[in-house]
Amino acid sequence: MAKQLTPRQQKERRTLLLSALAGSATVALSLMGYIPVLKTLAARLRPPGALAEKAFLASCIKCGQCVQVCPVEAIKLADAGDGFGIGVPYIDARAQACDFSCDAVQCVLACPTGALTHEIDKKEQVRMGLARLDRPDVCLARLGQGFKGVARDIGLHRYVEVDRWNPIGIADHPYDLELCDLCVRECPIENAISLEPMSDDPADKRRTPVVHEACVGCGMCEMICPVDPAAIVIDERKVWGQA
Amino acid sequence: MRYWLDSLRMMLGAEPQRLDYTEAAKAQHDFKAEPEQRKLRVAAIREELAHKQTSYKWRKWRWSSIIIINVLFVISYWFDVQLVEGALTASRFIGFHMADLNAALQVVLAQKEILINLVIGIVTVGFLWWLAGGRSFCSWACPYHLVAEFAEMIHLKLADKKIVEDHPLDRRLRIVLWIVFAVLAFVTGYTVFETISPVGILSRALIYGGGLALIWVAVLLLIEIFYIRRFWCRYICPIGLTYGIVGSAGSPVHVEYLLENCLHEGECRKVCLVPHVLEITKKGRAHDVKVAVGADCTRCGMCIEACPTGALNFKIKGLGDLL
Repeated sequence: MAKQLTPRQQKERRTLLLSALAGSATVALSLMGYIPVLKTLAARLRPPGALAEKAFLASCIKCGQCVQVCPVEAIKLADAGDGFGIGVPYIDARAQACDFSCDAVQCVLACPTGALTHEIDKKEQVRMGLARLDRPDVCLARLGQGFKGVARDIGLHRYVEVDRWNPIGIADHPYDLELCDLCVRECPIENAISLEPMSDDPADKRRTPVVHEACVGCGMCEMICPVDPAAIVIDERKVWGQA
Repeated sequence: MRYWLDSLRMMLGAEPQRLDYTEAAKAQHDFKAEPEQRKLRVAAIREELAHKQTSYKWRKWRWSSIIIINVLFVISYWFDVQLVEGALTASRFIGFHMADLNAALQVVLAQKEILINLVIGIVTVGFLWWLAGGRSFCSWACPYHLVAEFAEMIHLKLADKKIVEDHPLDRRLRIVLWIVFAVLAFVTGYTVFETISPVGILSRALIYGGGLALIWVAVLLLIEIFYIRRFWCRYICPIGLTYGIVGSAGSPVHVEYLLENCLHEGECRKVCLVPHVLEITKKGRAHDVKVAVGADCTRCGMCIEACPTGALNFKIKGLGDLL
């Protein structure tokens, strides 16, 4: 039989129950952050030097110092939808890619916890992912077409021939190309991508972009591709030789 | 020493203990218990309540401090002046590394290694807030504390009109959650707490722009207005507890209670975020004639403002009275 409780004991019991409920609810809510991580709903392109995804989420202190130093403002911080990845930096390459305008890897230098590993100091050492020709049938080079006009109406890029130090809007830099080679032309890494002939016929203008091992996955090609959606995209975190 | 340990236990949720009086304190208590003195005190309290004056001499400094600290982050980013780069979780103050102690703790537990930059940040910030003492981070820097104060004002207005009622929780919840979140970070390898930390969310929202996460902050504030007064700061926040532990160890700044000046009418306990630290102001409770208010105190100064007889004051060890 249940013991008779005094009103005071009843109140204490209610308080204890309410506290347990509030505490459990708080912990449960925080653990819901696991869902996006487990489902990899947020497959994100991370800034240069990011550790492997799990270690990256663990070590990032969510302060955004990397955001602040980026001259092209490529780095954004994730919202609550990323669960445990809230406040963690990512790059939406199509909207604004990292084009290494900073000349080094400023975001890596800014990172206080080493979530962007301090082991790299040159853009060539970066491995964010790999570029892949996603929609070959719409690639202008493969169609043998040129490109005239403004490639994108958004995004910043440093055109060394225009201004050595400051990135300008891609919209302010129109092109007039006999054969579209924007992904190769604007790639900040040497020998990362090239245009190769599609047949042995010298009269055949068509060329196909080929990604090489030097590709760091910065996403510059994805940003500059004038076809919408982009013909070339970045596979986040993909490593050369990986299926 | 006994009182210090007791104040630590109190921060972790224990009920305040009765300690043995010193001789001077016993004399004071006996004196106050004399019938004549009782009468005098009752009259004095009546007089005081009839001419109640509210002072905000510390609040203006405190609010300015919270606003300036958080606005500096915003200005640094938006105008690129590189004064305080980053957010409240970690930053560089004119180039020097700073790291929020709790955010750093979560990262270290999850990552299981630590970089020298982070060590510098932790030591710097730890030392600064140790100097200020107690949980002064909470009431002098935390942006959530400020919005929660506004929510509390609404709560108190509504409670006054009997529209809402506070449902206090068990204060031991905070240390339980502190341990739970530390263990979760270590076991899962993710900074689980950061997912719901309104401090990180608010700080980043101010600097980089808000998002969905602000809904959680709004929910917390609604809980605090309608159901549980100061729900987050009082019962949940592991950040506050982390700073409380650091600030408890013999910090030079504290609020000092003078038994002699006290009428024991309890105005201070009504405004306090952590009224258990003011248990000493109840009649017959102070074990000494001068007592440093305990570890859980956020040094907000509201009790000092509320006290009409100057029984509570800021004190810096080795220096004279601070106002």
